[in-house]
Amino acid sequence: MVSAPPELALVPLLEIALAPLGIFEELPGAYDFITSNWSQFLHHLWTHIKLVLVSELLAILVAVPLGIAATRFPRAKPTIKGFGNTAQTIPTLAIIFLMLPVTGIGFVTAVAGLFVYALLPILTNTIAGIEDVEDGVVEAARGMGMTDTEVLRKIELPKAIPVIFAGIRTSSVIGVGTAYLAFFVGGGGLGTWVLQGIKLYNMEMAIAGAVPGALLAITLDSGFALLERYLGGDAQQSDDLVSA
Amino acid sequence: MIEFDNVTKQYDDGTVAIEDISFEVEEGTTTVLVGPSGCGKTTTMKLVNRLIEPTEGTVYFEGTDIEQKDEIELRRDVGYVIQEIGLFDHMTVRENVATVPKLKGWDDDRIRERVRELLELMDLPVEEYGDQHPTELSGGQRQRVGVARALAADPDVMLMDEPFGALDPITRAELQDEFLDIQAELDVTILFVTHSVEEALKMGDRIAIFDVGELVQYDTPQNVLENPKNDFVRDFIGQDRELKKLQVTPVRKVMYETNGERLPDVDPVAPSDTAQIALSRLLETDAGRLPVARDGEVVGVVEEADLRGTSDPTRGSI
Repeated sequence: MVSAPPELALVPLLEIALAPLGIFEELPGAYDFITSNWSQFLHHLWTHIKLVLVSELLAILVAVPLGIAATRFPRAKPTIKGFGNTAQTIPTLAIIFLMLPVTGIGFVTAVAGLFVYALLPILTNTIAGIEDVEDGVVEAARGMGMTDTEVLRKIELPKAIPVIFAGIRTSSVIGVGTAYLAFFVGGGGLGTWVLQGIKLYNMEMAIAGAVPGALLAITLDSGFALLERYLGGDAQQSDDLVSA
Repeated sequence: MIEFDNVTKQYDDGTVAIEDISFEVEEGTTTVLVGPSGCGKTTTMKLVNRLIEPTEGTVYFEGTDIEQKDEIELRRDVGYVIQEIGLFDHMTVRENVATVPKLKGWDDDRIRERVRELLELMDLPVEEYGDQHPTELSGGQRQRVGVARALAADPDVMLMDEPFGALDPITRAELQDEFLDIQAELDVTILFVTHSVEEALKMGDRIAIFDVGELVQYDTPQNVLENPKNDFVRDFIGQDRELKKLQVTPVRKVMYETNGERLPDVDPVAPSDTAQIALSRLLETDAGRLPVARDGEVVGVVEEADLRGTSDPTRGSI
């Protein structure tokens, strides 16, 4: 008896493993759903991107300076780190609902929730990146007559960029996933289709919302890697850090 | 040039790094601070560029209390070399060397010219190495970049903290020799820290030997070897004191003038060679005596007995 080549034997195994997901069977349907609701799709996708980018940008603007401050003022460091950790432990949904009375239903509330959640990876990595710069290098820089600001600008930040960007990339990938919850407070985004699809048991609709999110996460990650390379960092290095 | 006046440094945790140290570094000389780990030699050196401030006492730089000087200006005027880890790996070799001139605000042409000149001097032509990153270089090349970087803004004083410590013995000896040559041309005052007696004897015009927090002996290499002040110094120098003496003694100090006698037909040594080389040659040739020649002309002779008597001041020198 001739046995089947091993790669062929794997195919049924894969089908069994993925059958509960039903993803492959539903993909053509989801594709049709997207093309027939094209303008609505673009609207959800664009809202999703805005949610992630706006919250991410705000998080960078807050977390990077805060991280730098933590390395300048050792006494403030525990407080700052504690703040970041606390922000991460509160479930996003809880933050979103806590914000509801203040900012009402809509985009702003969703961004606020995502922003809080995006802080920690960037904050932690900014601190770690700067602290990881070898003491000898910093001492050489000081010994050569650099002021504290010059040491930060010319030595510590450039050397920390790969680590900081690893934080930004992690945080933005998490952000793409978390932004699906924006639907709950009327923030829109791809979550609209996913959660409605689940409620209506319309699998095509749910997958039409879910798969573009995965692609968006990959695209954003690569986008930040490109930006990092443009800033002179070594994207390969932060690739390693992200996957680690 | 640099004077330490009753300087004490006690750290916040109560450790006394150095206690009541006084000595003067003379202009144009290389002074080596040497001693075991934790003896305070590095602390002493860092007082000069104010990376560390003294608890008591004063450090004078060209007669001025360095506390009176602006610390940033002071550091830009003092070259600083530490082990190769001090290089900026995120910058190119060119950028590393240009660091202090840039901080001092030199114009671009002058910086470019200076970087070219220094990398040339260090045998790292700028066309080939200028755009490389330090990580792409060998240990010896990295250390050359470190020295070039410290020399960039033409400092009058250089601080060198175990600059060759991380190198393999052969590269280290090479760089030491190169540096001695460079230094002879530059006329810069150097404060050099090492834990190696051999390196101290080789590099130093003066040696400051430290025991824990204390300056034990400050003298020329010859005097340290001939008159170790106490048992600590004697132990620190090691049991091969006689060999080390030969290492710091030039042949010209132990040879005597030839009076036309017949000399063995062996390769001569030069008056500037160390007595150690002469001894090694004597052991090799089994001749008992060696001709000393300068530019091919025999100027003297050296015998085994002369080497034995390197500390004998009655031996005439030429």
